[in-house]
Amino acid sequence: MSIDTETAARVAKLARIKVEDDALPALASEFNTILGFIEQLNEVDVEGVEPMVSVEPMRLKRREDVVTDGNQPEKVLKNAPDAREGFFAVPKVVE
Amino acid sequence: MTELNTLKIHEARDALRKGELTSVEITEACLKQIEGAKALNAFVHDTPEIALEQAKAADARRGADAPSLNGIPLGIKDLFCTKGVPSQAASKILEGFRPEYESTVTQNLFDAGAVMLGKLNMDEFAMGSSNETSTYGNAVNPWRRGNDETALTPGGSSGGSASAVSADLCLGATGTDTGGSIRQPAAFVGITGIKPTYGRCSRWGIIAFASSLDQAGPMTKDVRDAAIMLQAMCSHDPKDSTSTATPVPDFEAALTGDIRGKTIGIPREYRMDGMPDEIDQLWTRGKEMLQDAGAKIVDISLPHTKYALPAYYVIAPAEASSNLARYDGVRYGHRAKLAQGDGITEMYEKTRAEGFGAEVQRRVMVGTYVLSAGFYDAYYNRARKVRTLIKKDFEDAFADGVDAILTPATPSAAFGLGEMAEADPVQMYLNDVFTVTVNLAGLPGIAVPAGTDRQGLPLGLQLIGKPWAEDELLNTAYALEQAAGFVAKPARWW
Repeated sequence: MSIDTETAARVAKLARIKVEDDALPALASEFNTILGFIEQLNEVDVEGVEPMVSVEPMRLKRREDVVTDGNQPEKVLKNAPDAREGFFAVPKVVE
Repeated sequence: MTELNTLKIHEARDALRKGELTSVEITEACLKQIEGAKALNAFVHDTPEIALEQAKAADARRGADAPSLNGIPLGIKDLFCTKGVPSQAASKILEGFRPEYESTVTQNLFDAGAVMLGKLNMDEFAMGSSNETSTYGNAVNPWRRGNDETALTPGGSSGGSASAVSADLCLGATGTDTGGSIRQPAAFVGITGIKPTYGRCSRWGIIAFASSLDQAGPMTKDVRDAAIMLQAMCSHDPKDSTSTATPVPDFEAALTGDIRGKTIGIPREYRMDGMPDEIDQLWTRGKEMLQDAGAKIVDISLPHTKYALPAYYVIAPAEASSNLARYDGVRYGHRAKLAQGDGITEMYEKTRAEGFGAEVQRRVMVGTYVLSAGFYDAYYNRARKVRTLIKKDFEDAFADGVDAILTPATPSAAFGLGEMAEADPVQMYLNDVFTVTVNLAGLPGIAVPAGTDRQGLPLGLQLIGKPWAEDELLNTAYALEQAAGFVAKPARWW
């Protein structure tokens, strides 16, 4: 599997990371190195093997479906780059 | 009198309990050392006010029944959220972030009476093996190659923790380990570091990298200190659904040094092509030491070892791409300046391009790729199947009667900062070749300093234990430590 600059651009878009066009060839080449390394996994016979979900065989614990905290909008918004009137503020998203 | 910052945790604890010292005295000695060690770039956010306040509180409650870490000054890796104190995972994207809450592990340490000296340098989001991806710049290893002044890496990702403990800036430090990030830096600076069984320590409030692999653990001056500090860090936490309710044994009480009749496995797949002679010789000496202490040495096979790193470099980036999606410039940290007409997508893309360093961007994108439609089965699911096989290798060895497994901790001694700059990313990943299997299998692993190379740099051995048997593992490590008798310290140049 070889990654071209078009695929690299698509992955960057999916990851929501801006990559300038002139940086795409180098990025594609790094991906190819890493994926080449990962391709070794194709040598392993995984027929009938279950993919690991949890490293320790444990059922995830359940808790009562009740509110356990809340009522702290100031704390929630404290670190926001832009918070106004009790909300996170972002650029306009609906026309 | 000994410089107080050079004390081990158990020495300080005993002296504090007897009333021979105060926590304020020890804390002040550490703060002074930190002030004089800026060249190491280990501490990146100092918290002297908090430290002295906690030290005074510790002195007020001291006595025989004081908690286990009462008055002990520690450094905290920047990955742990500490209330009101910068916690930014060494990333620009979390610049200015001051959590409104405390991580469970640091809260446990404070409940045990510990004193926080400050936050420690690390690789950005714990992604790295040399502390060179940090937004704070490189942490530096206090050790040098003889009289050569080349600055060496303290390893990574817990490089600041390693450097600080080795240089006696603190009595112990927290680390986290996703693929070797406690054990590799511990080995590079001649200290002890243990990653417990997955689920022993709560991950709540630890900035997530790869959630199925991340575990916190202590980095300390000896095995006894590791036992004491790990004990305080572990707990069952309803806020982390993967934290265990398995009872925590008394780790320190397990340190008898008696390993007679134990079976130690030597995995043949860990003998790598091109492994330096010195690492091989150290491994052989380690075997002999454990044998002399009464253990039985057996050769074992862990056949899927070779596939651990490739599986890790699918699973860890996949989980990272998901975990790091939260850094979008909305709720905390950095937001890029926007141009006229930029919408929310541009805000995300510019924020993440500016805020994440090159290695983090690379791993997020690799993770995005292996999870993307059409590749999920070929990469991600295949890697998870291989992970099942890697874990089974260990289960088979333990089922055959092996109690612990001995391996080198790292494939080399500490290398020079910048020496790997020209290498491709995969070369750097090979640093974790001996440690990453342990994370994939969820097992406890400990690095113990066991010797030096011909340039005088420390080298470590790793012991891998059975799940939930950290007590037994620590005891085997204790026996190895007693036999190795590693006491060397870096000559002060900073």
